[in-house]
Amino acid sequence: MKKKKMIKFRLIILMVLCAGLLLGAWIVRGHLIHEPFRTNVRQAFQAPCREYIFGTDNLGRCVACRILYGAATSLYAAVLAVLAVFIIGTAVGVTAAYAGGIVDRILMKITLVFQAFPNFILAVAVAGMLGTGLKNSVLALGAVYWITYAKLSRSLVLSIRDSEYIRAAKICGAGPTAIIFKYILPNMVSPLIVTAALDVSSFILSMAGLSFLGLGPSRPTAEWGATMSEAKTFIQQAPWCIVFPGLALLVTVVIFNLLGDALRDVIDEG
Amino acid sequence: MGIDGVKGIGDMKIAEIRNLSYSYRENCGQKKAVSNVSFDIDEGECLGLIGESGSGKSTIGSLIGNFLTGYEGSIHLMSNEKELADMSKKERHDLYRDIQVVFQNPWQSFPPNMCVGEGIAEGIRYYSRGLASDQKKLKEKVLETMHLVGLSASYYQKKCRELSGGECQRAAIGRAIIRSPRLLICDEVTSALDVSIQAQIMQLLFSLKKGMGMALLFISHDLALVGGICDRVCVLHDGQLVEELPGGREMYEKAEHPYTRLLMKSVLDII
Repeated sequence: MKKKKMIKFRLIILMVLCAGLLLGAWIVRGHLIHEPFRTNVRQAFQAPCREYIFGTDNLGRCVACRILYGAATSLYAAVLAVLAVFIIGTAVGVTAAYAGGIVDRILMKITLVFQAFPNFILAVAVAGMLGTGLKNSVLALGAVYWITYAKLSRSLVLSIRDSEYIRAAKICGAGPTAIIFKYILPNMVSPLIVTAALDVSSFILSMAGLSFLGLGPSRPTAEWGATMSEAKTFIQQAPWCIVFPGLALLVTVVIFNLLGDALRDVIDEG
Repeated sequence: MGIDGVKGIGDMKIAEIRNLSYSYRENCGQKKAVSNVSFDIDEGECLGLIGESGSGKSTIGSLIGNFLTGYEGSIHLMSNEKELADMSKKERHDLYRDIQVVFQNPWQSFPPNMCVGEGIAEGIRYYSRGLASDQKKLKEKVLETMHLVGLSASYYQKKCRELSGGECQRAAIGRAIIRSPRLLICDEVTSALDVSIQAQIMQLLFSLKKGMGMALLFISHDLALVGGICDRVCVLHDGQLVEELPGGREMYEKAEHPYTRLLMKSVLDII
């Protein structure tokens, strides 16, 4: 009982932390001490000090302000993108499994085509075709991530499709819509939510990876990966320009991973 | 209905099964589960289907329950002229207003997070839109049904997974009878329950059958149980109907087929 309470307590703390991150990123955007895009070459490469706690970059922009401003870009892009792939992937998987037959075969063949390439390589290729920009990098990663949800939701639906309670629902007169929304989705959504919570962090990392390769948001967008990409050329001269956005990325990824783990623990505990 | 409006055995055919055959698709071909089976179920009658595991009795239940399609032969339900497979979706939906199923595993016949009240209401929600939209009346109807199956109102909000096997099976029976079906298919309803609970559930089913005048298709491997309660018994072996017998003591006296005798002998040996 005590263990169950502790697991729930951990989940609540992490949910509050994640909500705080998302809300804080939005609120802080309008109350920054320094303008994140204003350049001042005379202040370039300032080491961390009282005025610029994380120092300044090659154009004299406040690194701390750019991290805080970029938090909203990175976090919201990742959360919204994961939400979109969650919905699209789940819809594809549920449709394939519930309809079965030729619909299932066609949809699963499409996912197999996408799975034939390593995830990040495919995202790089799609981003390369679409061009740089936040929207395009989200689309490129979305093209890769939906497969996880399609595969997972399909297998979950297949495991419950012929269960007695679905048969009972059919004999009770429930149509396909009622069966999917009332009987199937509520009983399969938990593992998908855990995957989504874990995917937020890997989405942030992948987006940072794309930005680092120059395929993410174009300059001067204050996205974490893009900020690190810009800073890599002067890593020896001003390491704080890359270390602090990296730390922000690390902390956020860890928090979302812990949230995913906590969600899984709560679900496992039943 | 009978001449004077009273439901009774033999008034009309609830189900007419003719030359029914069904095969399951397997990796290397097909496996015949039911082969050329014919029988009728009369109104208010209790028909038992017995046989060992894999004899095809649950497959017949699933075919009548419309969970499986692609059979050979014919299934006519509720004296309908149209064969089940030829019916439109709407016709089939209307037809199944009068047919319900109670499954073997009571816990698995409800979604894990559904509460008892909601679960029982599902039995009528899709056939009585007026009642479904009036939450107060629906709750009254559910409580009335819960009382009928021996569940107190305190169970209304309980999750089905929190109930014991007997209680959960009572809830499943409640869901099945809430819309007063004319045919109730009981697919191994007592197999997952212990002996004392089995007796309670059987008693409940038969008091409901008497009170509501519904027909029962009782699928079981328990020969003694089926023989004791059914009006007629069909014995299945390897997907084929090998013998049709009257229920009660006559079943033991009139059995001729070697397989039926073997089944009976195995029961007597255990006793």
